[in-house]
Amino acid sequence: MGQLVVSPSPHARSSVSTPNLMYGVIAALLPALAVSIFYFGIGSLIVTLTSVASCVLFEYLIQKFLLKQTPTICDGSAILTGLLLAFNLPSNLPIGIIIVGAAFAIGVGKMAFGGLGQNLFNPALAGRVFLLISFPVQMTTWPVPQGLATNYIDAETGATTLNMLKNHFGNVADASQMFLGNMGGSLGEVSALALLIGFGWLLYKRIITWHIPVTIFATVFVFQGILYLADPVQFATPVQHLLAGGLMLGAIFMATDYVTSPMSVNGKIVYAIGIGVITVVIRNFGAFPEGMSFAILIMNAFTPLINNYIKPKRFGEVK
Amino acid sequence: MFKTFKIGGVHPEANKLSAAKAIVGAQLPKTAVIPLAQHIGAPANAVVQKGDKVKVGQLIGEANGFVSANIHSSVSGTVSKVDLAVDVAGFKKPAVYIDVEGDEWLETIDRTDALVTEIKDDAKTIIGKIKDAGIVGMGGATFPAHVKLSIPDGKKADFLIINGVECEPYLTADHRLMLEKSAELIVGIKILMKAINVDKAYIGIEANKPDAISKLTDLCKNEQGIEVVPLKLKYPQGGEKQLINAISGREVPSGKLPIDAGAVVQNVGTAFAVYEAVQKNKPLIERIVTVTGKTVREPSNFRARIGTPVADLIAAAGGDLEASGKVISGGPMMGKAMTNLESTVTKGTSGLLLMAADESERAAAGPCIRCAKCVDACPMGLEPYLLMQYSQRQMWAEDEANHIMDCIECGCCIFSCPAKRPILDYVRLGKNTVGKIIRSRKQ
Repeated sequence: MGQLVVSPSPHARSSVSTPNLMYGVIAALLPALAVSIFYFGIGSLIVTLTSVASCVLFEYLIQKFLLKQTPTICDGSAILTGLLLAFNLPSNLPIGIIIVGAAFAIGVGKMAFGGLGQNLFNPALAGRVFLLISFPVQMTTWPVPQGLATNYIDAETGATTLNMLKNHFGNVADASQMFLGNMGGSLGEVSALALLIGFGWLLYKRIITWHIPVTIFATVFVFQGILYLADPVQFATPVQHLLAGGLMLGAIFMATDYVTSPMSVNGKIVYAIGIGVITVVIRNFGAFPEGMSFAILIMNAFTPLINNYIKPKRFGEVK
Repeated sequence: MFKTFKIGGVHPEANKLSAAKAIVGAQLPKTAVIPLAQHIGAPANAVVQKGDKVKVGQLIGEANGFVSANIHSSVSGTVSKVDLAVDVAGFKKPAVYIDVEGDEWLETIDRTDALVTEIKDDAKTIIGKIKDAGIVGMGGATFPAHVKLSIPDGKKADFLIINGVECEPYLTADHRLMLEKSAELIVGIKILMKAINVDKAYIGIEANKPDAISKLTDLCKNEQGIEVVPLKLKYPQGGEKQLINAISGREVPSGKLPIDAGAVVQNVGTAFAVYEAVQKNKPLIERIVTVTGKTVREPSNFRARIGTPVADLIAAAGGDLEASGKVISGGPMMGKAMTNLESTVTKGTSGLLLMAADESERAAAGPCIRCAKCVDACPMGLEPYLLMQYSQRQMWAEDEANHIMDCIECGCCIFSCPAKRPILDYVRLGKNTVGKIIRSRKQ
């Protein structure tokens, strides 16, 4: 033995590391990706691979040439952003548009704020909303599920369930088909079943806690339930709203993003109630059929405020 | 359903390598180096000088004030010098050096194994004997025991809690003591109950020591008011505030002491030392030391005299220093990394832990990803990530407003951090500075 190593306690560390957590979330997204390929075919795969590759590439280029840092693309966070961005896109979106979205998500959504841990808004959602505003037609033309399709850009398209529910047209799939993911929508959001399997994995691996997703589900269920009971003709059922659109994907994977969600348990609950309420308001009364992305981004903006005012329960607090 | 504390906590690997190893007496050292500052509070004043002959148990350092403790010779022989000696952290502190000759004890000490169950002394005499015997908190904090047992006027203890949790990974000294000295321990607990005038005592033991739980539970069947409370495995359950919370549901108010929640907490090692002091007239001259680690051939539990060189114990357990990078006095969560191997066993040395070279270095820190794992892990309900940021920016007022002084330095924040950030280092810096600011305000 040469010199003794001396450092302050503790001398033990848990085996969990930042890349562990990132790859854990990526693993949790794989069932939903598989279902998406099953329903939408090759388009899902092309969009996902393009999005992931461009996010990783942009992060590498920005870190290396713009910020002159050692690139940290191996930590998995750029891959995760790419996956989540792809999950929020239609499976027939042209490659060029995906690359623009990835550039915005990583360049503006993440690196402009200072990189991992510094961003105020969820980068993938920032990218998605940027695309939604810039390319409204392409972003709202949804392929219908046709089972392992091999066509990509020319896929047959149709309306999403939320659009049908809001504007009262078309044949809304029954709840069991919605649960499996047999409906139009962004490529990763359709299958509640696959996303819930991912949720189970995240809880089992202790990557996230239940507070944010469950609170969002409960808020949407209760709030939409009140609307439905008040006017069952005008408003859709709470179950339809839980299963349709990006609610599951958003609640489980986007709202729980570490960087942009509050730190304390009570803060998380306030944040999640906010997301649930805003989503229901936009979905039922707003211009867009879907409000999840906007709701999360709006509550992201409140996160610093929530952290400042809502503190964890202290031990031995003197009142 | 096992009980546990309400907020936070982590689950480090237990690694109780020496749990099945019976306590063995360590060899007497050639020279014992007995520090005069082995406790929290003022160092004792030496009452021997070079050339004095001493016996085992003889007073060599006298407590200097109320918050201080007597020091006794743990060996017999000749005082070779009273000089500075290096401690685990590398600081030089006054100590008595004794060249060991034979093993001659003071005649007043009862060295037999006979169990003395009858408690003849009254509370005041008991506390006096504990003070004379130089007993301090044996869990590692080394706070003089008589101070904790002297309940301030106007306050009242409702119950005694005996800390047999040993939530630090690797350490098994308390576990072995509970198994091998159970009957003595129960008498020690009854003495402590009499000293603070309570009729209820709880022994908190974590569920990973089922043998100790069942043995003590059996013994307690015949005792009035002593109850074993099995606890769910969770660190830092052995923290005083966490243990009180786990057992009674009470919370020690921020900035206050356990007695403000009606509780007095003593470690099992302390309770055993109290038995020996009161019933056997034996001062605190030896303790159980676990020598363990993945680079130790024979992880062991030694009964070692105070002043035994740590290097002797490491050698006796077959510690492979070549393969080790770090030697820790205590456990891996709150123990101190030793700067040298020249120091000796003190009253607070619960264990010596050798860590393999590859697990000794800290991993490089990455950016905070705000995962809130430190917030969830903090047993005091603090926001460690935030306290670190405030301390880095020297925002001491914000540190204080966010209760930095409540931090118990258990290390759950660093343990749980996926980015391997040195959170507690900065929180300690903040505590230190805020503590100075608070003290200067009072003057």
